[in-house]
Amino acid sequence: MPANTPPHVDRDVPGYVEKLTYLESLEAPSDQRSRRLAVRAWSGLWPVALAILIVLAVWHLIHLSGWKKAIFPGPGATLSNLWQQLQTGLLWHAIATTATRAVIGFGLAVLIGAVIGALVSRIKPLRAAVGSLITGLQTLPSIAWFPFAIILFGISTTAILFVIILGAAPSVANGLIAGVDYTPPLLLKAGKMMGLRRLSLYRYLILPASLPAFVAGLKQGWAFAWRSLMAGELLVIIANQPSLGVLLSTDQDQSDMVSATAIIIVILILGIIVDRLFGLADGAIRRRWGLAGQDN
Amino acid sequence: MVRQVNSVTVADRRAAPPAGSLKDSVRLTGVSKVFGRGSSAVRALDQVSLEVPPGEFTCLIGASGCGKSTLLSLVAGLEQPTSGEVSVGGGRVAFMFQEPALFPWLTAAGNVELALRARGVGKAERRQRTAELLETVRLTGFGGKRPHQLSGGMRQRVALARALAQDADVLLMDEPFGALDAMTRDVLHDELDRICGGRALTVLFVTHNVREAVRLGDRVVVLSSRPGRVIAEFDVPIERPRRIDSAPVAELAAKVTDRLREEMSRDAS
Repeated sequence: MPANTPPHVDRDVPGYVEKLTYLESLEAPSDQRSRRLAVRAWSGLWPVALAILIVLAVWHLIHLSGWKKAIFPGPGATLSNLWQQLQTGLLWHAIATTATRAVIGFGLAVLIGAVIGALVSRIKPLRAAVGSLITGLQTLPSIAWFPFAIILFGISTTAILFVIILGAAPSVANGLIAGVDYTPPLLLKAGKMMGLRRLSLYRYLILPASLPAFVAGLKQGWAFAWRSLMAGELLVIIANQPSLGVLLSTDQDQSDMVSATAIIIVILILGIIVDRLFGLADGAIRRRWGLAGQDN
Repeated sequence: MVRQVNSVTVADRRAAPPAGSLKDSVRLTGVSKVFGRGSSAVRALDQVSLEVPPGEFTCLIGASGCGKSTLLSLVAGLEQPTSGEVSVGGGRVAFMFQEPALFPWLTAAGNVELALRARGVGKAERRQRTAELLETVRLTGFGGKRPHQLSGGMRQRVALARALAQDADVLLMDEPFGALDAMTRDVLHDELDRICGGRALTVLFVTHNVREAVRLGDRVVVLSSRPGRVIAEFDVPIERPRRIDSAPVAELAAKVTDRLREEMSRDAS
């Protein structure tokens, strides 16, 4: 309805204000958008909720079947244990330690990976020299670095961070290199014809063009970083510094299966949350570029 | 080389270019381009000589594989000739491709503005010039849209605005309307006429559509295939505004087509 032609409303009829309010509400785009958002949130949530319910049901059935009854906990016992642990400071302290390590380790890996990726993609001899080395490092299970790191740095946070960086940086670097390599040749031609050269070509064309591949590299790097961190916290146990890995390790020593399962759930949820964040970034780029195919 | 001159000189048909524009012709002298080496070498262009005077709209036509696109790349400086010389008379060159080649992460206005930024135009002037250029291609109000939110014809309009933003003396167009439907193409022909008519642009327009070439060009140059050679040139003395479905356009297009057929049957035998 055009804004400058108000609907014909008879002022003397009872219910005039209600009618007008209703008509206005029809025009308000924000209302419509929030409704759409709610619908979208629901359509994204119900499959997840259903999946969780199915997992819990299967888990409960296995528990009921009596398989390893003495040690295998059911969902009820595990979730109430998790709830109890969430009331104590220890679990939150552990989550904070682990999250801090993840942020610092992954942050450094992104920084180092991006610098290496930028250099390797720009300098041809460097690519010939270390291009395949980066891919090799990417496929090397980072847990293999722990003996090396522990000998080098001792039982310390540094050792853990070192392995996180070695695990994640190659993926970040490779993501950037792939992005630079796959900048569409036609866009490069167009950029050159426009007069973009060297630095401006990188700043205005190659870097934005490689953003999707870079984000994919970040996502993969994060997966490696998270694995390295968990392995590291199980292997490098620092006294008086509770982390998720330390809690798991303690549970193992005490054969506390219920708590161990509860901690695994915490780790799983943290991993899913971060993955969702990368998913959001990826989705935002896709929508912006028109790759999602559901715009307008 | 046969030059089939029909009448009237080129300069009569287009307003004289304003001062400060390109003084010298775009000139190719004995240009050859060979891709690859040894037995797998392909000779894309063979001894092509061509001169496009300042302000002229020249259409290059030929069957696929005649090296039309290669010729434009050489003029653009994106590739170097194997032998011969290419000169654009010291002018700036802009290029329009068959695909709009817009940057998907920028809005329509952002794409146009980047071309201005690359030339070092200041921020305030950039905004003003972008608005003007979008108006020129009749896209006022669409500046905030991203390429994927525009239709194919609108994207090519943005690409044209971006090319104009480069303030070039020479505009190279490589089948820019080839992927568009006939209606949209027809509208864009009129737009191109209007825009080029008001500027001192030297245009080299590649197409395989004979009628499009006659509709747009001051001159139509016919190239042979494998290797590409200039085999004929036709002046187009038809008055503007022209229509692609008018009798004079159809008549001359038929002549050009005959010449092309002759060439193709020579190839086949």
